[in-house]
Amino acid sequence: MPEVQEQGVDKARFLEGVERFRETGPAWARAIRAKSATRFNELELPNRKMEDWRFTNIAPILRTPFNLVAGEAAVDVSTLAPFRYGGGVAELVFIDGQFAPQFSRAAEGVTSLNLSEALTSHEVLIEPHLGRYLNGTPNPFAALNSAFLADGAFVHVAKDAAFAGPIYVLYVNTKRDNTVTYPRNLIVLESGAKADVVESHVALDGASRYLTNSITEVAVGENAALHLYKLIHESGEAYHLATTKVRVDRGGSFKSHAISQSGKIIRNEIGVQLDGEGAHTSLHGLYMTSGDQLVDNPTAIEHAKPHCTSWIGYKGVLDDKSHAVFSGKVYVHRVAQKTDSNQLNQNMVLSDKATIDTKPLLEIFADDVKCTHGATVGRPPEELVFYFRTRGMSEAMALGMLTYGFADEVVNQIEIDPVRTRLEQFVFNKYSPIPA
Amino acid sequence: MIEIVNLHANVEGNEILRGVDLKIGSGEVHAVMGPNGSGKSTLAQVLAGNEAYEVTEGSVSFLGQDLLEMPAEERARLGVFMAFQYPVEIPGISNAYFLQAGLNEIRKSHGLDELDALEFRDLLKEKMDLVAIDPKFADRPVNQGFSGGEKKRNEILQMAVLEPKLAILDESDSGLDIDALRIVADGVNRLRSPQRSMIVVTHYQRLLNYIVPDFVHVLWRGRIVKSGGKELALELEAKGYDWIKEEAAVGAGAE
Ligand SMILES: Nc1ncnc2c1ncn2[C@@H]1O[C@H](COP(=O)(O)OP(=O)(O)O)[C@@H](O)[C@H]1O
Ligand SMILES: [Mg+2]
Repeated sequence: MPEVQEQGVDKARFLEGVERFRETGPAWARAIRAKSATRFNELELPNRKMEDWRFTNIAPILRTPFNLVAGEAAVDVSTLAPFRYGGGVAELVFIDGQFAPQFSRAAEGVTSLNLSEALTSHEVLIEPHLGRYLNGTPNPFAALNSAFLADGAFVHVAKDAAFAGPIYVLYVNTKRDNTVTYPRNLIVLESGAKADVVESHVALDGASRYLTNSITEVAVGENAALHLYKLIHESGEAYHLATTKVRVDRGGSFKSHAISQSGKIIRNEIGVQLDGEGAHTSLHGLYMTSGDQLVDNPTAIEHAKPHCTSWIGYKGVLDDKSHAVFSGKVYVHRVAQKTDSNQLNQNMVLSDKATIDTKPLLEIFADDVKCTHGATVGRPPEELVFYFRTRGMSEAMALGMLTYGFADEVVNQIEIDPVRTRLEQFVFNKYSPIPA
Repeated sequence: MIEIVNLHANVEGNEILRGVDLKIGSGEVHAVMGPNGSGKSTLAQVLAGNEAYEVTEGSVSFLGQDLLEMPAEERARLGVFMAFQYPVEIPGISNAYFLQAGLNEIRKSHGLDELDALEFRDLLKEKMDLVAIDPKFADRPVNQGFSGGEKKRNEILQMAVLEPKLAILDESDSGLDIDALRIVADGVNRLRSPQRSMIVVTHYQRLLNYIVPDFVHVLWRGRIVKSGGKELALELEAKGYDWIKEEAAVGAGAE
């Protein structure tokens, strides 16, 4: 029996209600659930003595008894309107974790539907992938997600298929205090396929306290290319624990933009395995923290084959008493010669009370590689502020604009117009370059 | 317009300006020349209000007001403008947005209405033509990815938009080829007016063929050691700075 790490935390409680899903889906899916429940029981709950959680205190999550969502919330089209983007080739909407077919649209030329249905209708496409990219992750919350595996988005893009416009996956949380949802996404691109997916998590009530425990698994085939945008815009009191695991085959490319907009505690882990020669990944991120938020972005790239390239570029703006954590792990196998891997974590700290823990972690077993890393933490340089002032602007205005400009450098790379525009507005409002 | 009296300034504890006296009337263009390291940029930065430079002695009166008492932004609003020798890059803020914000702050301080984005676009377009800057630079982040020459031209564009009363151009010619130099000089000349004074800081006489000054001063070791008309620049071009240094040494000895 593993020890209970947090005082008063009863592990069995996390598995309450797990039997609800026990009999659904094909036998192999049921086996995943059962195995994962066992694995959860074996794993130690996150605590500050564990290297991966050293700076990330999730005690408030462990202390809260979250329940599964019961019943359906009535949500109408106009309520959802501000969170949808329109256009796109397909849209999958989930309300409190449950698929909402009335708001969802399927696409021509690409398979996109909810996972619980796909588990039976597209079993052959799913079985080779589901759960295969978690690589025995020691994160008990990932095991919990699998134990409760029920629904989420399934996207499958056939060989050489490409289409104009993104697939939108929208998770809407209504006012549901003390509930937990387990979104589970699987995105599979066959060789030569191309797709953009936007996964967003939003709240109808800014003060609702719930937990999103989510997993996204991605398989990028040979010479295929996926761009995954993840927008975490949860309620200000909500918790978001997520794991994205990706395998990229020869010549394939996985790009991601992970944007943390809102949420009390966010941990958005991304792990990419470059598992074929010439594969590429670039992970971009932006976190904007304030109040007493905690935002943790663990990133990890495994160079398993030669001639792969990777880039990690995360930027953060920290205000008030908030706390951000960033880690960039790069593991280069002995065979992975000619690896080219670079990372940069830049932080703008606006308050003396905000803290950032940033650490690169490079483990390199090949000898002919180029790996760089860097991190910056600080206020905008005085000489930049002075430049604004010589043009008639106050220091406060200079800082607002510099902050906006700093964050916008990530946002303006977003290639989907409505997503970029809305996010630019968010960043603009957050840092109001021109104070009243 | 501006009167500088016995100005002393330190950088990181070293005295760089050691008693500068300079008086500039309305509409006059004064060239300040001198070898590298003589304190020209320091003088420009002190006048613009850079707090990294500590004024230890002397006074500067601008339009009858004590300039040294004012923070940099107030000086700008009152009409002081410096074109930087090394303009900084501002990530993520477009040239147009930056300049519109600056202009509106200056206008507000004079009780004028702010220009909206459309009005400002028209103004910017006109000024960009004046200094021959490609309109696409309006939407680029300030100075980012600009060549050396483009940065210098961008400084002149800012001057054209902000319409200062006193413009201090710190080596706006350095690093420019002859075509770019002409464009910068043309832009500056078009902004000359009886209401606008200029301090043109330069290391070489070349620029002064295009921007013909009313007066030329030589700064050496933190003091103005020689002043004259535009022919002084030609003399410096022909004879270099050594004779000035010798004269200055003799003068200092005789003090
Ligand atoms: N920010 C600074 N920090 C330290 N020393 C400086 C700084 N700015 C100027 N100096 C020193 O002051 C002196 C004058 O420099 P500067 O005013 O730039 O001369 P100029 O523009 O005439 O070439 C030089 O010796 C220079 O090294
Ligand atoms: Mg200089």
